[in-house]
Amino acid sequence: MNKPDAVYFFGTCLIDLLYPHVGLSAMRLLAREGIRVRYPQGQTCCGQPAYNSGYRDQARNVAAAQLTAFPADIPVVVPSASCAGMLRVHYPRLFAGTDDETRARALAGRVCEFTEFLMRTLGFRPVDLGPPLEVVLHNSCSARCELGVADAALELLDRLVNVRTLEPDHAYECCGFGGTFAVKEPALSAAMAADKTAAIAATGVPLLVGQDCGCLMNLENTFRCRGNGPQVKHIAELVWERTGGN
Amino acid sequence: METELQARITAALGNRRMRANIRRALDRSVAKRLAAFPDRDELEDLRDQGQAIRTHALAHLPELLDELERNCSANGIRVHWAETCEQANRKVLDILRRHEAQMLIKGKSMVSEELGLNAFLEARGIEVVETDLGELIVQLAGERPFHILAPAIHKDRRQVAELFKARFPELPYSEDAEELTASARRILREKFRGAVAGLTGVNFAIAETGTLALVENEGNGRMCTTVPEVHIAVTGIEKVIARLDQLPTLLTLLTRSATGQPITTYVNLIGSPRRSGELDGPREVHLVLLDNGRSRIFADPELRATLHCIRCGACLNHCPVYVRLGGHAYGTVYPGPLGSILEPQLQGLDRAGALADASSLCGACSEVCPVRIPVPRLLNRLRAERVSAGAGSQVRGRGSRRDSRQAAIWRLWAWVHTNPGRYRLVSGLLSRTGSLVPRLVTPWTRSRRAPRLAPKGLHRLAREAGFGDD
Ligand code: SF4
Repeated sequence: MNKPDAVYFFGTCLIDLLYPHVGLSAMRLLAREGIRVRYPQGQTCCGQPAYNSGYRDQARNVAAAQLTAFPADIPVVVPSASCAGMLRVHYPRLFAGTDDETRARALAGRVCEFTEFLMRTLGFRPVDLGPPLEVVLHNSCSARCELGVADAALELLDRLVNVRTLEPDHAYECCGFGGTFAVKEPALSAAMAADKTAAIAATGVPLLVGQDCGCLMNLENTFRCRGNGPQVKHIAELVWERTGGN
Repeated sequence: METELQARITAALGNRRMRANIRRALDRSVAKRLAAFPDRDELEDLRDQGQAIRTHALAHLPELLDELERNCSANGIRVHWAETCEQANRKVLDILRRHEAQMLIKGKSMVSEELGLNAFLEARGIEVVETDLGELIVQLAGERPFHILAPAIHKDRRQVAELFKARFPELPYSEDAEELTASARRILREKFRGAVAGLTGVNFAIAETGTLALVENEGNGRMCTTVPEVHIAVTGIEKVIARLDQLPTLLTLLTRSATGQPITTYVNLIGSPRRSGELDGPREVHLVLLDNGRSRIFADPELRATLHCIRCGACLNHCPVYVRLGGHAYGTVYPGPLGSILEPQLQGLDRAGALADASSLCGACSEVCPVRIPVPRLLNRLRAERVSAGAGSQVRGRGSRRDSRQAAIWRLWAWVHTNPGRYRLVSGLLSRTGSLVPRLVTPWTRSRRAPRLAPKGLHRLAREAGFGDD
């Protein structure tokens, strides 16, 4: 894909409600790269919570609203691998055999996860202005298993010359969020989050970064409950801050 | 069943010793698999081939089963069809009675676990001896296999030593793995000597040649299939593959994914009973082919992928749920991701459907599956089947989790999120109150703080910052 003039930004409902500054950092970063960023006010949620709970009709109805909200043939950048996965991988299946199938496929084909877009489409070369810093990059299962773009986030951190990435024990393992899983299977989810936060804390880094606010919300609030642990940030915020943004 | 599963989950999570044992063992399996596939491209290429072979086999299942029966029969292997577990157990019993066998020696077979064969035979006065070391350990402990390949993975050496002491008080006490193995071997040798009949599973049944492939590391499988007069192989109908030249690909995928071995110590290809002039081998070979709900799974084009499984266990080894719960908490014969897609279909969603919910859908399973079974997608489908209303698929227990309150919540959720105006209104209200609906997050806050809502949402911030609709 060549560098586009304009992109849509799909903020995700989680970022809209809980982490709007993440969305804002990501959009400003894209704008600074000379891209016109369009944020449709008609967007709501990708429909994943209902889809993963088995309520496909409800998921489809909500998804249909997103098909309408992003009509132009330009990339849709998503600062969350799990929502990007929903749009890219599951929309074509969700709408298979319906009148909206073509539109769903077209939208799916335009979806780009944020770090993937920065690295693969823009060939982003950040100038790191920050002090030396050690971080852990939390593995996002959706980025790795569903989209196959996990290396983009790692590369992005790699290009921040003063940032060193440490790998915690069992880095490949899920943090235990899983959307409604965290509420339906609280004990299991908590056990996974406890091990994950312990492994991250053991590295001693002051900062945890990730590309999925679901995972980060899970880990941040587990750390807060434990009363210790690193600061938690979305990778878009980290990059924005270290490259002169404010 | 939901509450029973929750109770087992709570108990398993609290069992520190078991969790440490299993984590240690699975870490080793994960590392071995990684080392066994040093070349990523080769791995992905092999997985493509494995997926193609299994997809082809299942797409032609009825024809291949006919061909298998024809060629096995021509080779002198007697083929028996069993639609239910009861029928399969009866077939085995009939064969044993005909030979007046008082005892059955067994190699590893998960299908025999599915049948509940041991209990069935023991209730009819036939002694059953597990000869795989791990299987022997769980048999002595009166337990079910904990893992489909490593049945006693949850027990450490001390626990095995204590078990042996209790069951074989005449043996000297030892916690040494080699000594324990040697003791087991001595005990089993005597059993092998006197056995009239041996039973094993099958890894692949080759239609083209009527051959049964069986891999193992202890040699007990070979003993079971060659020493007694009668060998009975039991397996599910999905284990058939078309051609012999497909076997090497599947075997290398199986052993490297399972234990990291390039090949197992023993590879048995069973072609026929002893022919005239041959000095050893069983006089009779029987193949019992079990359906037990597989035809129903086969009939669904999407769920059929469940039957592609080659039982390598890699999905168990990599599963963040399995590594914390272990095999018994599932309450099923097949645990782990494979069990969570298979058991709800075999037993019905009403009985085992809750397993489909006990997953974060992280996809670690499908990432390693040697035949690329899309486990999360199938779990998602089963979740939809559980809450679905109306006619549609054939999945057993469909709609059993339909619940008008849940459905109403999702309808309300959709009502809000299908309309941007409503969505902005509701999210604006939530932002002003600063928290999510408390009841909804209760389970969450047992181990975490409640998330804090931002005072201004992104819709507003974006507009204020000049990121417009166009
Ligand atoms: S589902 Fe795949 S990974 Fe799991 S046991 Fe079967 S073949 Fe192996």
